[in-house]
Amino acid sequence: MSEIHAPILSVDHVGVRFGGLVAIADLHFDVHPGEIVSLIGPNGAGKTTAFNVMTGFLKPSQGQVRFRGTSLQGLQPHEIVRLGLSRTFQRTSVFPDDTVVDNVMIGLHRRGRGRLVDSLLGQDRTGEAALRDRARALLDWVGLSGRAQDKAGSLAYGEQRLVGVALALATEPAMLLLDEPVSGMNASETQVFVRLIRSIRERGITILLVEHDMPMVMEVSDRIVVLNYGRLIAEGPPAAIRADPAVIEAYLGQGSAAREAAQAARETIDA
Amino acid sequence: MTRHLPALALLAALAALPFALGHNPYLLNALITTGIVTIAAMSLNLLLGFTGQLSLGHIAFFGIGAYVSALTSLGFDVELLWGLRIVHEPWPPVVGFGLAVLATAGCGYLVGRLSFRVRGAYFVIVTISFAEVVRLVALNWVELTQGPLALTGIPPFSLGLPGLGSVTLRTKMQNYYLVLVVGTLCYALIALLVRSRFGRAMRGLKENESLALSVGINATRTLTLAAVISAAMAGAAGSLYAHYLRIIDPDVFLFSTTVTMVIMVVGGGKGTLLGPVVGGLIFGLLPVALRPVMVPEAQWMVFGVVLIVIQFVMPRGIVPGLARLATRRHAPGGAPARMPAEARP
Repeated sequence: MSEIHAPILSVDHVGVRFGGLVAIADLHFDVHPGEIVSLIGPNGAGKTTAFNVMTGFLKPSQGQVRFRGTSLQGLQPHEIVRLGLSRTFQRTSVFPDDTVVDNVMIGLHRRGRGRLVDSLLGQDRTGEAALRDRARALLDWVGLSGRAQDKAGSLAYGEQRLVGVALALATEPAMLLLDEPVSGMNASETQVFVRLIRSIRERGITILLVEHDMPMVMEVSDRIVVLNYGRLIAEGPPAAIRADPAVIEAYLGQGSAAREAAQAARETIDA
Repeated sequence: MTRHLPALALLAALAALPFALGHNPYLLNALITTGIVTIAAMSLNLLLGFTGQLSLGHIAFFGIGAYVSALTSLGFDVELLWGLRIVHEPWPPVVGFGLAVLATAGCGYLVGRLSFRVRGAYFVIVTISFAEVVRLVALNWVELTQGPLALTGIPPFSLGLPGLGSVTLRTKMQNYYLVLVVGTLCYALIALLVRSRFGRAMRGLKENESLALSVGINATRTLTLAAVISAAMAGAAGSLYAHYLRIIDPDVFLFSTTVTMVIMVVGGGKGTLLGPVVGGLIFGLLPVALRPVMVPEAQWMVFGVVLIVIQFVMPRGIVPGLARLATRRHAPGGAPARMPAEARP
């Protein structure tokens, strides 16, 4: 199916350098509509940097990113999200001092297009009510309706991640970039999150995922892109990536002892 | 409506206050100037409290408002470069008020536009510099502003009421209610703004800027609009000041007044609607209480001590502190605000 459609996102020979430090050397891959693709790699491989380039928070030193055929070069983050490319953040994914439902209301910024004058004259009541309904529907979707009136900053880590996803979904994206969404979640929370990712895809939203939780990545991804030291070292379906010697080496270092340890570890996980 | 109950109660109390005081021009005068500075503090709170941007030159907007309004109502005759001469005949003070609001809104746009691309410390520095430049202009452009000789004989407001003729606000009582009405309007405007989509955008930018950008909030536009509204409100306060005192000199641009405004906002509770009003009343009337016992220079020490005590007892300001006390009383024992993450399934 990926051969038929034009890519929704193409990362076209992107490089990022901070002074002499090469964060991304040359990154080149496509994501096709409806796919769930994971971007993996050891710490410091350049995954979050890649996300920051795709969403306009960083300007690439070379190359460009195209989304639905439009070059994102020179666009600000708020302009990129308007094109339908939305993201979550690794660490701070909420507006901590607002309630969960108000968080989503802030996220619905693009939707409540009521004019300032109208809202000042109190003529935007129906718009506000519709917005609140929409916010509640989104919280329902990510499974947070019970926490709607709690302060977002007081939520558990995993729940804050869900708020972040609700905020990203509030922008009605065609594609969603998730930055380590299940870090800090326990196994059952992760399973719930996997179901959420699938339900998001079912609604036609393409997903690109950065994640360290390998069992989760293997379970959910259609395709995996592997980065190491800012370079793409492998790309393919989960089964192929799992067996790829370059990937194993990147994660575990050279040497058969390490490889055996990896094998043993994998067996314990599978068992 | 219960949400606004404390504000409405305060409004009723302030409306009744002159009658309770009886004939006391000294206190009434203190209340009027306090009210005017409180409006300026409310405008500062819109930036500092709701967007998190500190304007340390806020007095510039206040002073520009005062001068624009005064000059509009006094008229002027200045010679610019290349023999260009501008003569302005006096216009009514109400027109001056309107022009003061427009002019300061324009200044707010310029300052916001220039500095919000970089923000933070840069904004603080740009605002301080702006205020100092404006003060020097007011001091040295003697032909227009009379410099340190001050603009005198500024006419008081006169309000034309359809069918009732016009009233010139000469008495302190009249000016008190004028300030109260304008202050209430500013309060209502801020209350509406904060609850609107624009208000949510401001809160989002303050709490988590990257996240706000990632949901499509345009930071420059939102912050510039906040600066425009804030500056216009400070300009309105400046206009009230000019037509009440009827004399202004470049000292209206003193940095210490900005500091007083910041103290009012922070002490009362920044980012709350009532905070700057409560802080404004406390720190505006404190000099009145202290005057019999100490000189103005010593009062600053008391200001400092009071602020430190407030921050120590109620770190987020008086209004949030009292609000917390009130909710605690409603729920005795009080459920812990934060549940440890591990304790949840």
